[in-house]
Amino acid sequence: MIKSHKTQAWLLLTPALILLFTFTYLPIATTFVRSLFGYGVQMGSQASSENYVRLIEDEVFWQVLKNSLWYALVTVPVSIVLALSMAMWVNSKLAGKSVLRLSFFTPTILPMISVANIWLLFYSPEIGLFNNVLEQFGLSGINWLGNPDTALPSLMAMTIWKEAGFFMIFYLAALQTLSPDLYNAAKTENASPLYMFRRITFPLLMPTTLFVFVNALLNSFKLVDHLFILTKGGPNNATNLLLYYIYENAFSFFDTAYASSLTVILLGLLILMALIQFGIIERRVHYH
Amino acid sequence: MKTLFTGLSNTLAWLLALAWIFPLLYAFWAAFHSAEYTTHFSLFAPIELSNFYTAWQQAPFLHYMVNTFAITTLTLISQLIVCTLAAYALARIPFRGRAVVFSFVIMQLMVAPEILIVENYQTLAYFGMIDSYAAVALPYIASAFGIFLLRQSFKTVPLDLENAAKLEGCNLLQIIWKVYVPLAKPTYLAYALVSISTHWNNFLWPLVATNTENSRPLTVGLSIFGAPESGVNWAIICAGTLISIAPLLVMFIVFQKQFIQSFMHAGIK
Repeated sequence: MIKSHKTQAWLLLTPALILLFTFTYLPIATTFVRSLFGYGVQMGSQASSENYVRLIEDEVFWQVLKNSLWYALVTVPVSIVLALSMAMWVNSKLAGKSVLRLSFFTPTILPMISVANIWLLFYSPEIGLFNNVLEQFGLSGINWLGNPDTALPSLMAMTIWKEAGFFMIFYLAALQTLSPDLYNAAKTENASPLYMFRRITFPLLMPTTLFVFVNALLNSFKLVDHLFILTKGGPNNATNLLLYYIYENAFSFFDTAYASSLTVILLGLLILMALIQFGIIERRVHYH
Repeated sequence: MKTLFTGLSNTLAWLLALAWIFPLLYAFWAAFHSAEYTTHFSLFAPIELSNFYTAWQQAPFLHYMVNTFAITTLTLISQLIVCTLAAYALARIPFRGRAVVFSFVIMQLMVAPEILIVENYQTLAYFGMIDSYAAVALPYIASAFGIFLLRQSFKTVPLDLENAAKLEGCNLLQIIWKVYVPLAKPTYLAYALVSISTHWNNFLWPLVATNTENSRPLTVGLSIFGAPESGVNWAIICAGTLISIAPLLVMFIVFQKQFIQSFMHAGIK
């Protein structure tokens, strides 16, 4: 028989806490240690900044970082704009909106690996759909994924297609909580749809936009599945992203120490974004 | 002017929807026709099922499916148990350090286990667990998202119900099981659907944590099967892709409304 509340609470929390420490907090700490003490798969006894020096001198790292930032900078805003448009359509009086909703949301439910398989077929140079369409217009085909200039934008297009429907759901939820009174009032004033959007919908959706923005940003750094099918980071690292580079270093080049120092960078980026999110949540969620 | 705007907007909506569903329709088309029609569309091309047969022969899809099902179920059930216990403690028992524990839980939302693949692999390798269902499931069981959602839901349960249960002689676990769990049913359903779709689709961590067909899930199996250098033709890859997404897709189409609502519910909480 358990007597005090305090003991009860800790007993109930034990399984969760053990798992959290084993798979999140301890690994964060050991990542730091390995980035300082490790070389390859070995651990040394002397701390050294060697992995970080190498990181600064590694041109691929800078390229990967640049790719990751570009990838976020393009996919996040475009997905958000599309998501908001989709949500407004699906929330309007449009006939057949359940079909629209289903179409927009289906990519979200499918594994990235499976849809990447389908998109690979679209992008492939000789038989690919995109080049077939271009040929119909008398244009010569592009090696979408093989050309360093078009490879990253091609990945971005697919990511936007995959993610926009997911963010639509957040907007849809927010739209459904908006009071119709404001719109009725605006209608009696004969306001245009554009004016209503600018003055009512958009400002009221601001908290949702911030929430979606941070989640989209976090996602853009975590999602690399499609690289395994589409480009493997190539050509010439043009599409390599931070998490994929970590995977490559640890599991293809067996350099866990260097992978750890890259993980530290990624953690730093995520923590920075987490702080932004905490700032936002603080302002919009009130605990009772 | 106004009708023109609406008309234009509606056309755009349908075009976008078509673009969004097109890849899936295309995969269906390719999978049901022989390879020559993959790139040359012809409305009256004969429908055939041989691609599915060939795909099924070339990769152990049934085995992958069993693995995925086992991993997803194991993950979900463990998550529900662990998160329920933690959520109750954080929602209803006042104790010192509760705020600190809660913030530790919430911080995990930002750092998904796949970010820490290097260390999590080392940990599981140390315990000799690589290539098991448990290895794929373990890092996800203490789900911060689950704990957060259930805690919010438990907080809305009236305390009177708990006190009444106490008078009836229920112990703590009985109170949780008989009072809180039934009342939080919608939250459990929402969380379950989100968790199932996440873990059915997960790739990077299962890729690292498995290395034979004993534990490999569909996504990892498909990535090996679909590699162009393996010389499989597109029609067969499309068939394999459809085989691997079929269970989730069927579930999604049947429970479409609940699925979307659960995402909405889970999203705004």
